[in-house]
Amino acid sequence: MYHNAQPITILMAEDDADDRMLVKEAFAESHIANNILFVEDGVELLEYLRHQGKYKDTDLYPDPHLILLDLNMPRKDGREAIKEIKANPETRKTPVVILTTSTAEEDILRSYDIGAAGYITKPVTFEALVKVVRGIEEYWIQIVRLPFKDSKESRK
Amino acid sequence: MTKAKTPIILMAEDDADDRLLAQDAFSECDFPNHLLFVEDGVELMNYLYRRDKYADPKQSPRPHLILLDLNMPRKDGREALAEIKADASLRRIPVVVLTTSKADEDVRRSYDLGVAGYITKPGSFEGLIEAIKMLGKYWLESVELPE
Repeated sequence: MYHNAQPITILMAEDDADDRMLVKEAFAESHIANNILFVEDGVELLEYLRHQGKYKDTDLYPDPHLILLDLNMPRKDGREAIKEIKANPETRKTPVVILTTSTAEEDILRSYDIGAAGYITKPVTFEALVKVVRGIEEYWIQIVRLPFKDSKESRK
Repeated sequence: MTKAKTPIILMAEDDADDRLLAQDAFSECDFPNHLLFVEDGVELMNYLYRRDKYADPKQSPRPHLILLDLNMPRKDGREALAEIKADASLRRIPVVVLTTSKADEDVRRSYDLGVAGYITKPGSFEGLIEAIKMLGKYWLESVELPE
């Protein structure tokens, strides 16, 4: 087994403070080096990715290697945000995994149509959430090669 | 969770040993799945468009997930991937690249075209089986696949 040599930055867009805390705890339980950061809605997510406003500092707010995206959020929802991310050549390479309470078939199909790299329904219990987070880490961090902006960085 | 009863996984792989290893890895998976194979990009596109020997949807059901090798004869995975993602009826099927290529250019181009993961095949049989098992576990256990 091999894994990405650099610590992976995961950016999660999630408006629910409890869910953010639970996901943070679930990631903290893991032994795999990772850096999980949060934004609270689609407007913040796009500002972060463009390094606008308070997200100017790329040391504090590094480009994420993976985005976890809630669909139902205020101001700009996840459906709108993923469309913009996938329409922009600067951001479209970053895999976006949907993590939402929505089980609507329409949301699943539309998300994949726009280019989601997975659609996960949020589990209700913390135990199940830890399992989902572990699955995300095993797949995206341990076995998948993620795209890096700097080609030197993607060496293993 | 609402899950497809038995997700169809279509693997495009020209190496017979790798097909066999994938078959072993998926048969050991705890979640029901149906793994089918094509051997190059031409066969893959014929399958997806139900041409020739793939005309019967019962024999050749639409896959929920595609595992794609990049280096294959006739039509390689790069070309097949671009065609799949350019087709409105096929683009929603998640495609995971499973290849020996470590080239950054392949990684970047694959993500740019919209892959749902890029996996470099580990050198050993054991490593490859383990990677395929983890891949299978993630997609079959956690993820909702598009119908």
